[in-house]
Amino acid sequence: MPETNLIEVTGLRSQFGAQVIHDNLDFGVRRGEVMGLVGGSGSGKSVLLRTVIGLIRPAAGRIEVLGVDMLALSPAEQRAVQRRWGVLFQDGALFSSLTVAQNIEAPMKEHSRLSPALRRDMIDIKLSLAGLPTDAAHKYPSELSGGMRKRAGIARALALDPEILFLDEPTAGLDPIGASKFDELIAGLQRALDLTVVMVTHDLDSLHAICDRVSVLIDKRVKVGTIRELMDQPDPWIQEYFRGPRGRAAEAAASREARPV
Amino acid sequence: MAQGSAGTKDSDRPRVTTRQDGDRLVVQLAGAWTTRSIAGEDATLAALQPNGAGRAEIDLGGVAELDTTGAWLVYRTARGLKQRGLEVDFAGGEKAQLGLIETVARHDTHCPDAPPSANPLVAIVERLGRGTAEIFAEGRDLVNFLGHTIVVFVRSLLRPGSIRGTALISHMEQTGLNALPIVGLISFLIGVVLAYQGADQLARFGAQIFTVNLVGYGVLREMGILLTAIIVAGRSGSAFTAQIGTMKVNEEIDAMRTLGLDPMEVLVMPRVMALVLVLPLLTFYADMMGLFGGAVMATVELDITFFQFARQLHAGVTAWSFWVGLIKAPIFAFIIAMVGCYEGLKVSRSAESVGRQTTKAVVEAIFLVIVLDAVASIIFSELGI
Repeated sequence: MPETNLIEVTGLRSQFGAQVIHDNLDFGVRRGEVMGLVGGSGSGKSVLLRTVIGLIRPAAGRIEVLGVDMLALSPAEQRAVQRRWGVLFQDGALFSSLTVAQNIEAPMKEHSRLSPALRRDMIDIKLSLAGLPTDAAHKYPSELSGGMRKRAGIARALALDPEILFLDEPTAGLDPIGASKFDELIAGLQRALDLTVVMVTHDLDSLHAICDRVSVLIDKRVKVGTIRELMDQPDPWIQEYFRGPRGRAAEAAASREARPV
Repeated sequence: MAQGSAGTKDSDRPRVTTRQDGDRLVVQLAGAWTTRSIAGEDATLAALQPNGAGRAEIDLGGVAELDTTGAWLVYRTARGLKQRGLEVDFAGGEKAQLGLIETVARHDTHCPDAPPSANPLVAIVERLGRGTAEIFAEGRDLVNFLGHTIVVFVRSLLRPGSIRGTALISHMEQTGLNALPIVGLISFLIGVVLAYQGADQLARFGAQIFTVNLVGYGVLREMGILLTAIIVAGRSGSAFTAQIGTMKVNEEIDAMRTLGLDPMEVLVMPRVMALVLVLPLLTFYADMMGLFGGAVMATVELDITFFQFARQLHAGVTAWSFWVGLIKAPIFAFIIAMVGCYEGLKVSRSAESVGRQTTKAVVEAIFLVIVLDAVASIIFSELGI
């Protein structure tokens, strides 16, 4: 894998009032990898994600995504880059007044010149890629279950064929079967569409199942590595996280699955 | 996924060229085939004719970028040609591109069409019927809620210990004290308008002094209470719906019930009582501001001094006019607060419904206030007050 970082955050400082969330933080994501982002509650995972996708402006630092310095761009240029990534918010954040199909169509209508018929074809494909049944197309978000809403959110995030997919707690609120199906979906999409994925998660099973590397937010900085590398870190939080009872269970489950039957 | 690095330039627009090579049809694709760059090529490919060829080759050699939309067009073209009995081969594509085409082929599904919208005429009739039925259902539920509120209201009055003092005072502050500036300003202006318009007409008969009667009657009987009620419905009725509605969305109301707290007692009663206590006070304040506005205008326009204004008011307007206005205040307050709380409790678990119910609460409250005001007018005039 080439060592080009698709996302490169350097010297990031985020603060709300006097409260400093990130201080001199560096964070990088390579092309084509699945990066997990973990950390204790309040450690600023979501803030980091929102800063990278441009919803929060940092106090200091440099954010480079797809080789572009995001903070130096005009709003119009920023929007042009933003079209090259997709975001799945925690509960899907679907537009509640539109059907699933209309939700997926919204970004296509806005940012492409595809004919209505071709748009319909593409909606069908995105729905199928996200693993939704065909009869979900004309349902409203309120008629879907939590898992289906997330899948619909993925389908909308994929509408413009992004290069990067940002996921905010994709498996939160799903039952274990739904969660591991969702992990499979993300891994499958990543392979099929050659995506780079950044996911904030608390789900240790997800981390073991699909993440190539994991970034841990500790003391306003990021420690990065594969899970195995991180386990050798002396930091007590990391030790507790990966070697605690849940961490060991997830590791055991992952190695059971990896072993050929 | 987009192969190649930079964004789409004009130079790599998608291009299609076809040529016939014996019985072989060669379709050459070049440029960037992505969601953002594809436009008319969709139609070009759809209109492709085999022209009697037996085999077809789709040449992807010049394709710089390919995403799912591009892959879908390539796949659709191949599928179309195959259906016409041609043998289709791909040439020159990168492994990733062929993989993407395969992925798209696997997901070639077709969703059922959106349910057709009904005949517009039928739709109008249907909506009318549905709307009428809804109004009746809403009316019934509202009467139901009215009964419930009265029962809890009376029970609270019988057991004053159950009244939540802090909430009551807080709501009185929000709905009453904080409304003083806007209610005062609007009443003052209405007094000014009445005096100005009245003076204009009455001056033709040399009866300027009766402007005072007009302002007195107008403000005390109708304008003071009606405007105050409408402002409060827009300001506080809507706030009640939004507050209770947001709590409903957050499942706070359900939490309250599981803790053995009655939302009627905890949420509805303090609001209803606060408004019932506060609206008469606001109305009195509005009356005074309205008369003051009229008096100012009378001084400026008609040279009627404040003293003369007061004397004429005393002579021309009975104390009953004042009471007729004020008696209505607690009733209107009860209606406004009740409708506000009722619509708040009817919010379903979505943010959208908070907005919808809030609009409904304001419209219903103002409608009911004006209907009741009309009824009261008739009753008072029949009674000869």
